[in-house]
Amino acid sequence: MTRPEDELARVVRDHAGRLAGALVTLLGDFAAAEDLVQDAVEIALKRWPVEGIPERPDAWLFTVAKRRGLDVLRRQQNYRAKLAALEPPVQPPPDDRLRLIFTCCHPALAREAQVALTLRVVCGLTTAQIAAAFLASESAVAQRITRAKRKITDAGIPYRIPRADDLPERLDEVLTVIYLLFNEGYLSSTADRVHSRDLVDDAEWLTALLHGLLPNEPEVGGLLSLIRLHRARTAARFTPDGDIVLLENQDRTLWDHAAITEATTLLTRTARRHHAPGPYQLQAAIAACHSEARTWSETDWPQILVLYDMLLTLQPTPVAGLHRAIALSYVRGPADALAELDGLAGDLEHYPLFHATRAQLLRDLGRDSEARTADGRAAELTTNPAQLGLLNERLAR
Amino acid sequence: MKYVLMFIETEEFAKEFAALGPGEQEEAYRRVYQWFEDHKDKITDRGSKLQGPETATTVRLDGGRMMTTDGPFIEGKEVVSGFTEIEVEDLDEALRMVRTWPACPVVEIRPVEQM
Repeated sequence: MTRPEDELARVVRDHAGRLAGALVTLLGDFAAAEDLVQDAVEIALKRWPVEGIPERPDAWLFTVAKRRGLDVLRRQQNYRAKLAALEPPVQPPPDDRLRLIFTCCHPALAREAQVALTLRVVCGLTTAQIAAAFLASESAVAQRITRAKRKITDAGIPYRIPRADDLPERLDEVLTVIYLLFNEGYLSSTADRVHSRDLVDDAEWLTALLHGLLPNEPEVGGLLSLIRLHRARTAARFTPDGDIVLLENQDRTLWDHAAITEATTLLTRTARRHHAPGPYQLQAAIAACHSEARTWSETDWPQILVLYDMLLTLQPTPVAGLHRAIALSYVRGPADALAELDGLAGDLEHYPLFHATRAQLLRDLGRDSEARTADGRAAELTTNPAQLGLLNERLAR
Repeated sequence: MKYVLMFIETEEFAKEFAALGPGEQEEAYRRVYQWFEDHKDKITDRGSKLQGPETATTVRLDGGRMMTTDGPFIEGKEVVSGFTEIEVEDLDEALRMVRTWPACPVVEIRPVEQM
């Protein structure tokens, strides 16, 4: 079931970034062009629900942005002249969104600014929508965006696809931003999604866009597959009340098996063309292992353990170590896993999942009172209402 | 665009450099000269290498009063040790240039204000 506001958001998203790309190219001024697009989007969001979505949303947005530009850019005579000479496109303009993405995710911008800018400029979100999605104040988000746009101009951040030798590093930066969006959206429960933007949907859309524009980049395919595999489980992840259902207890018939097949096919195709898989492909492969098991007990834990070992050689992060320890508990038992987990205590002291996992392992070993202490610590640290519900339920048992 | 590259030394780097033998120090200087040579078409002002922070004097002009103190304006483990002005296409080109810088471990890239 599609809500009218979702449909509206999707149409805006399909066109706003293209328009932004075209206008930045035309004016050669990122900030001025982006302001015009944002104004046009705001006007569209007010008028389309009343008047209906126009037949050619791209031309509509274009015309409004142009009119607005002629109105606002009084002092910039050269911009006005460029805009005035412009006719609404008969066909969609060439896709400049790749350049747009790389500018928004430039490493010289702070991570929060990259995220906010990408959502606003590439996905066409309004400042208010971004603020709501990140539980931040609108003025804070607006300020972050203004500051980032000023830095793009003043520091000479280019509007260009990076050179081949810079591309791997810069693409990493883009994928990190999208992965962050995905995580932010994935961890918030469906219960509070009623009022907020579905960031997971934006993350998938962005990755699909990137995949279309850079079809030979294996990690883009890996991230797309990863996101789709996780999304395919959405229907089983929450109870109707918005409580989390752990993977172990999910009703696997509710999973979108067609989407799972499609995502694993994409992953296999990506992996076949390239030798060493990167971190996103490995994470997708782990998600695929879970998705392909018909029941929890059929999960191929030894394979998952191997994949975590590969992931850890690429990204030796404590969080990856934590997930490896979980896999280890199913291969070699809770005692070995607990020993490995306790080695991570220094790094993960403030990470709720560390304590929740420890609690689970301690319980498996019959050390119930220590398990309760660990669950209590996890509950203190978590801010996510759905996760908190789960922990409180365990504590009450 | 014009940028100033500010080369920043850490205590650790200074210590390691001081511990090098004379031949190794010479080699380190040679690499820096080579870097300037490799990028000379983009360097508009070679700038200077500065003497150590212990030689710095900071003056604060506060409402007509002049306060003179010993040391750099910020006491810290990282101190500016030199600067160079470059003229390049954009920040990406400056970043590429800095990537090959062979000496101190921190470089700040600051665009020059256009008057």
